[in-house]
Amino acid sequence: MDFNDTTEEAAYRAQVRAWLDKNATRKENARDIAPPKDLKEMIAQSKAWQAKKADAGYACITWPKEWGGGGGTTINNVIYGQEESKYAVPGGIFAIGLGMCIPTVMSWGPDEAKQRFVKPAVRGDEIWCQLFSEPAGGSDVAGLRTKAEKDGDDWVINGQKVWTSGAHFCDYGILLTRTDPNVPKHKGLTMFWIDMKDPAVEVRPIKQMSGGAEFNEVFFTNLRVKDSQRLGGVGDGWKVALTTLMNERLAVGGSQGNADTDELIRLARDTDIAGEPAIRHGGVRERIADWYVQAQGLKFTRFRTLTALSKGETPGPESSISKIVAAKKMQDLGSFGMDLQDMGGVIRDRKISPEEGAYTEQWIGAAGYRIAGGTDEILRNIVAERVLGLPQDIRVDKDLPFNQAPKGK
Amino acid sequence: MNFDFSDDQKLLKEQVRKFLADKCPMTVTRRVLEKEEPYAAEVWKGLVEMGLTGTAIPEEFGGLGLGALELCVIAEELGRAAAPVPFSSSIYLAAEAIKLFGTKKQKETWLPKLASGEIIGTLAVSEGTHAAHPRNIAVKLAGGKLNGVKQPVADGGAASVAIVAVNTGGPNKSKEGEQAVSLAIVDLKAAGVSAEPVRTLDPSRQHVTLSFKDAPAEILGDKAGEGWSQLSRVLDGAAVLFAFEQVGGTEAALEMARGYALERYAFGRQIGSYQAIKHKLADIYVKKELAKSNAYFGAMMLNDEGAELTEAAAASRIAGTDAYVFAAQENVQTHGGIGYTWESDCQFHYRRAKLLALAVGAAIQWKEKLVSRLEAKNAA
Repeated sequence: MDFNDTTEEAAYRAQVRAWLDKNATRKENARDIAPPKDLKEMIAQSKAWQAKKADAGYACITWPKEWGGGGGTTINNVIYGQEESKYAVPGGIFAIGLGMCIPTVMSWGPDEAKQRFVKPAVRGDEIWCQLFSEPAGGSDVAGLRTKAEKDGDDWVINGQKVWTSGAHFCDYGILLTRTDPNVPKHKGLTMFWIDMKDPAVEVRPIKQMSGGAEFNEVFFTNLRVKDSQRLGGVGDGWKVALTTLMNERLAVGGSQGNADTDELIRLARDTDIAGEPAIRHGGVRERIADWYVQAQGLKFTRFRTLTALSKGETPGPESSISKIVAAKKMQDLGSFGMDLQDMGGVIRDRKISPEEGAYTEQWIGAAGYRIAGGTDEILRNIVAERVLGLPQDIRVDKDLPFNQAPKGK
Repeated sequence: MNFDFSDDQKLLKEQVRKFLADKCPMTVTRRVLEKEEPYAAEVWKGLVEMGLTGTAIPEEFGGLGLGALELCVIAEELGRAAAPVPFSSSIYLAAEAIKLFGTKKQKETWLPKLASGEIIGTLAVSEGTHAAHPRNIAVKLAGGKLNGVKQPVADGGAASVAIVAVNTGGPNKSKEGEQAVSLAIVDLKAAGVSAEPVRTLDPSRQHVTLSFKDAPAEILGDKAGEGWSQLSRVLDGAAVLFAFEQVGGTEAALEMARGYALERYAFGRQIGSYQAIKHKLADIYVKKELAKSNAYFGAMMLNDEGAELTEAAAASRIAGTDAYVFAAQENVQTHGGIGYTWESDCQFHYRRAKLLALAVGAAIQWKEKLVSRLEAKNAA
């Protein structure tokens, strides 16, 4: 048992480090780099970095070279990710496109779509978004209502999507629609790729409770798409969507926020309970211990998964626990960090609050993180059904034609 | 990255699992519990014949000379079976303590017999219903004579030798208010030692009250006054091994609950199709994986005698205790009324989970040990 790289892994890591040293700035030296001044500049920087990676074979590392990928292994990809995280490089505006949309196009699209879209996406020339969730269907995506109707060789689309990350700057999207309301809900769906710049597509940002606006509502008013834009068969949309969703939980990573137990120990030294340092208080110590054990458990669960990948084996289902634990811990630890600041915990000001306000920010962000990419409850269902083999819940709408199934407003 | 057991270790695990599935089903645990046998003699004999007791004892002292990782895979299977045998007392505790801190002569005297299963050993720390500490250890060793009472002592009736935490008199020079504590090695078959069974929450693992009246004893090793830190190191190792028992036990309890959730119908459907049950079992799975991953790191630190052994042991113990106690409790809950009956096997995990949770110190004590270490590191 050890954490060491194999000889090949070590060689690959060295090669990655050398390349990153030459082409990027390490985080600890990055304080002088000005953040992008607006969205346009952020996108330009991201595209430039992605193109650089693609030229060197570090974009889509596991994809075949003929599609613009790196022709490498999953463990190569993990190693690159570990190393890149130490450098100040533009963030992941391509994650959804390359993690979910393009794999769907590659699995289900006609040849001409693959030829047209895969390489520009890998290079970052074009950005993609995923249009699945609707006001009436989040966890129950198959309950969606956006309608696509055949009109000659075209389809005409009307309806609304929601929670679409990045729709305001994306070039293309994959869109799940209902093409037949007269059959049970999973059977009447069809997937298309669409041009997000079409005038029949309207994008409106959603302001989140954090104050940010990373997601959008997207409206379609008589959007015409060609039948050649269809991904998979008519009525096969659910099967196609599962390809995308299987990739989603890999893409929504294991973030635990910026404050963890090291920060909490520091804060507990600097704050008091009944005039004594908070760190001396048993209740504080017990929470620190519990969160440390959770963080270690997640870290070493990841190491078990990496070990399987390193040996060329299929990882076990253990990684499915990651977001269930991480999101709640992020919320609870953030909340407790504010409690230690007592009345001052209400302050949300980077200049005043400890750790530049990390406790408050992660507490607010966690409310969304516990929902995004599968709620805590859906993830528990997945563990129960796919890992433990328990039966699905009774679904009262499963066999009814969609237009006869019970619905709310 | 090679954060896994080797193929040989996995093979050993499989062998132990098969043996216990065959020779130590829950009917054996039930028999030991109901008849108040000291332990399941035929299961113990089988484990000894497989050479498992000698696994981590050096070859020069009659063992196989393998490492902690092999003990970990054995522990996981003992935990899965809730095996009623004195393996933990004799091997994780007594043999490990002698191996770590005994003199050459003490090792020569005791390790071959522990390795061959000729005798059973144990560790005696507790003196009643409070946590032991250098401030309160009353069992006294002076002039080679031991006096006082240890309670409860696991397997103290069956054991021939015990490592006993004793007060060797006088204040601890390095810590104000504390007494000098040593580990003593005591022949339990000698005059002046008596063992009286004490009633516990899990009669499938016998515990006794050990009374010493001028019983002959000697210091383990050659340095008196080092006992508390020696004990801490012994308990770190045992915490990792017990964590593997807890992981095995959690898996078994989860498997029981899952089986019942699939076969039991209520309101016209399998109870395992209700989210109240599904989420409960998913939560057990989550805790089990956190426990397993922490225990793996504990195993690695124990095997390598790594710098983070104490933190890793504490994390293993905290996560293992949390997982097994939760799994055992919710297993009864999933079964409903039948789970609370004497005839149900749910009780064995319920009892064993709490027994293991207390065996080498409660989680709250380990949390304190962990946070003290983290604080020191954080300040550095």
